[in-house]
Amino acid sequence: MAAEGGHGAQTSGEYIQHHLTNLQVCKIESGEWVWNHCAGNFWTINVDTMGWSIFLGLIFVWLFGRAAKKSSSGKPTKFQALVEIVVEFVDGSVKDTFHGKSRVIAPLGLTIFVWVFLMNFMDLIPVDWIPLLAGKVGIPYMKVVPSTDVNITFGMSIAVFFLIIFYTIKNKGVKGFIGELTLHPIAPPTRGAGLIAAPLIIAFNFLLESVALLAKPISLSLRLFGNMFAGELIFILIALLGVYQLPLHFGWALFHLLIVTLQAFIFMMLTIVYLSLASESH
Amino acid sequence: MDINLTLIGQSFAMLVFVAFCMWKIWPPLLAALEDRQKQIEDGLAAADKGKESLVKAAAEADEIVGEARKQATGILDQAHARANEIVADGKSDGVKERDRQLSAAKAEIEQEANRAREELRGQVSAIAIASAEKILNREIDGKAHDDILGKLAQEL
Repeated sequence: MAAEGGHGAQTSGEYIQHHLTNLQVCKIESGEWVWNHCAGNFWTINVDTMGWSIFLGLIFVWLFGRAAKKSSSGKPTKFQALVEIVVEFVDGSVKDTFHGKSRVIAPLGLTIFVWVFLMNFMDLIPVDWIPLLAGKVGIPYMKVVPSTDVNITFGMSIAVFFLIIFYTIKNKGVKGFIGELTLHPIAPPTRGAGLIAAPLIIAFNFLLESVALLAKPISLSLRLFGNMFAGELIFILIALLGVYQLPLHFGWALFHLLIVTLQAFIFMMLTIVYLSLASESH
Repeated sequence: MDINLTLIGQSFAMLVFVAFCMWKIWPPLLAALEDRQKQIEDGLAAADKGKESLVKAAAEADEIVGEARKQATGILDQAHARANEIVADGKSDGVKERDRQLSAAKAEIEQEANRAREELRGQVSAIAIASAEKILNREIDGKAHDDILGKLAQEL
């Protein structure tokens, strides 16, 4: 599709690079907001991925909110039945993992599952369609799959991370949270000659446990980002093949459909597991 | 691939969406689901109960039909007996009537015969007297023997 894109002079490298570049706006030192010259500037917003992400989130809220508003215990409409299938699936997953009572975990799981699924699903729209349309109206870059942007996946996993810390402290107290970080996996001695070794053991525990804690959001976001980015890149590479891309694209899209759903499910499931660990004493 | 403000934006967006989901989406949907579960459960129980009462009603109906049949047979038997009785009664009435009429006829016949005999007797005696008169007219005086003849006629 590179050739069809009307960029005759474009090399494959440029084509790929173009597809991987975000539409950005940033605040430079002079206080002005500028477009697309933002490398290394933290005060940058990836307008395309952020925009698509919020747009898809709004779609989720609109669809499910409408279903919830019209929901009745009587005979459901087809759309309500579909929504209920998703809700029951999430509810079942939560109940399998978390046996306590929580008002947050299940809605959080539903939001994450549907939202991440929708973001991933953007990957199945042929890679050139939306960037081409955007180019026609003068937008130079358009990355349409939010979950191929590491900021988006990290944004979500960091929100989950803070929820983990919040619920640990809420359910076990600050003491419990610090204890969790320092008293496992080796219990420090509380009396006798071993007391001398206690600070050392606590430091060791803290090192281990803080790595384990930090690994949660990092693995959560990098798993999603890696899968989606690789999938997107392969779609772009397939798009370079000319006519032969059609069967290949079809095959990869079929396979990717699994990844799209699976990654959304994994993100939800791990969030549920992390939060139930934070809520339950063990 | 830089980390930038988008990260914080996405975090906030997520918290907002989750909050909305907690507020407006999850509770009504789950309430509807649980309500329907309960309705289905109740419906199944009601269906079971209905089936049970149907079986009971069928047994009851069978019983009633059996009883009615028994009653009907009884009534039929009674009717037959009554009919036989009526027929028998009729027969005996007929016989009685026949006997009565027969005896009445007989009595009448006898009466008639008696009357005829009486008449006949009268006539015979008259004839006898007449013939005797005729004979006696020739041989004896009728007046002398009138009393004997009268006695004779009376004896006849």
